[in-house]
Amino acid sequence: MILGTIFLQSANFIDACYIVAFSLFIYGMSGLTGPRTAVRGNKIAAVGMAIAVIATLLTPHVLSGSSTPWLIALGLVIGIAVGVPAARNVHMTAIPQMVALFNGVGGGAVAIIAWIEYRHHFGGTFQLRVEIPSLFAAIVGSVSFWGSNIAFGKLQEILPGRPIKLPGQSLINGALFTICVVSAVVLAAGTHSQALFIIGILFAAALLGNMVVLPIGGADMPVVISLLNAFTGLSAAATGIALNNTALIVAGMIVGASGTILTNLMAKAMNRSVPAIVAGGFGGAIAAPKAAGAEDRGPVRATSAQDVAIQLSYARQVVIAPGYGMAVAQAQHAVRELERALEKKGVTVKFAIHPVAGRMPGHMNVLLAEADVPYDLLREMDEINPEFPRTDVTLVIGANDVTNPAAKNEPGSPIYGMPILNVNESGSVIVLKRSMASGFAGIDNPLFYDPKTAMLFGDAKQSVSDITSEVQSL
Amino acid sequence: MSVMTDIAILVLAAFVGFEVISKVPNTLHTPLMSGTNAIHGIVLLGGLLLMHEAHGILEHGLLVIAIAFGTINIIGGFVVTDRMLGMFKRKPDLPEASAEKEIEP
Repeated sequence: MILGTIFLQSANFIDACYIVAFSLFIYGMSGLTGPRTAVRGNKIAAVGMAIAVIATLLTPHVLSGSSTPWLIALGLVIGIAVGVPAARNVHMTAIPQMVALFNGVGGGAVAIIAWIEYRHHFGGTFQLRVEIPSLFAAIVGSVSFWGSNIAFGKLQEILPGRPIKLPGQSLINGALFTICVVSAVVLAAGTHSQALFIIGILFAAALLGNMVVLPIGGADMPVVISLLNAFTGLSAAATGIALNNTALIVAGMIVGASGTILTNLMAKAMNRSVPAIVAGGFGGAIAAPKAAGAEDRGPVRATSAQDVAIQLSYARQVVIAPGYGMAVAQAQHAVRELERALEKKGVTVKFAIHPVAGRMPGHMNVLLAEADVPYDLLREMDEINPEFPRTDVTLVIGANDVTNPAAKNEPGSPIYGMPILNVNESGSVIVLKRSMASGFAGIDNPLFYDPKTAMLFGDAKQSVSDITSEVQSL
Repeated sequence: MSVMTDIAILVLAAFVGFEVISKVPNTLHTPLMSGTNAIHGIVLLGGLLLMHEAHGILEHGLLVIAIAFGTINIIGGFVVTDRMLGMFKRKPDLPEASAEKEIEP
């Protein structure tokens, strides 16, 4: 028994556990490269996490002291009690804000740990190898916590989604950043009022997190969340250096690296640059399209569910281009029914998924998967675009900006240059829409005025169900 | 371990991160973001390691919060990712090889 304890608590055993843990993270994440291995990959990563936690609890002294085990248990229980129901009950449409929230608490944990680490060394000898990463973690963790909370608020529509800008915003941000860095340097150089400075840093970083995210428009929010995700990873890696913990360094850095790539991919898909997003606002662009929309684009043709049903039933190939509007109307299941009904009639149905359909890359895939749409019917933009000329009818459901031909042929448009689904190249287009209001980016869509386009107004779910029953009765 | 060893590990981990992620198809970006998000909850270990050194109610309280935050991050992240991934299904009535080709980038 005693021998067993000695073995389990030996530094080598614990390091070995950490190595197993991060190997499982890497192996698990590489499983995420394909839908078939992804579920297993995620579970493998979770097992790695469990091993890392258990190994840490076995480390000598970690559970020493009468109250320590209870306090640790308390924290774990609270975390499980809050985390599990939140993750189980969240609607798939609300995934982006949920991720923001989970990211935020991670950043908060980093900031608190850095703060405690600092308090322990007040007055004592503090080595730079602990000091520099802790200060980095304190600043970045705090920015990430507050920034993520603002992002959550915006996506949840607790805060207005439009950019909120103060005069001299970039000056204020610059000043706050300077305060953080200068305080950090003062601390690292050694000062007598450490407590004051570390709280000053956390506070300035908190303000900075708020100020950086508030001016960013709702459409750019997923990119910001991804960026903050990468930040939290980096700050976790910094904490790992301060605590000399391999598992933290590896896991944090992998997240930092992958988050950076993902952020770039998302920004690219939206034809935006990360610096431009962080500098703030689609806001300035809203005035321009109003003027463009004022010019007469000709009449809009409205149609009925019955006409649409006939058109779809006699088509060879139908492409469905879904957008976030479909998810908001909870029309996924109705769309799945329609797809089945059409397949029974021998019509080929494919789904065209724009990289930023939904609210973040891949979000639409999740929403359709929730409605049991098989993922082999989903086509990515580059794959489906050459198929539009061969498509008889394209059904646009709750999507707007991602189908807007202005992105291709109107250099004045704010979305000019954004890659789009070339739905206007198909035989005819049917747009399901609540009204003639413009999309998330606030831009008029010439597609609606195209002679090939017919509009079916109304609630997307109702419209799709109507079309389905018409198709079935034909 | 020396600082240099730690930094070496850091740099290598960065390359692993770049390498693993650049291969993920667009379809899985949302689960990926949520999965990696769960992994940085590993900062929980920091809270566990520091608890026995803590003094006073402020530090204990803060560390309980940090551990709770880290746990929410980990558990919530993995559970939500699992839910999402569990929804990805292939066409049930068409199990032939035709579905194989478009998955790989």
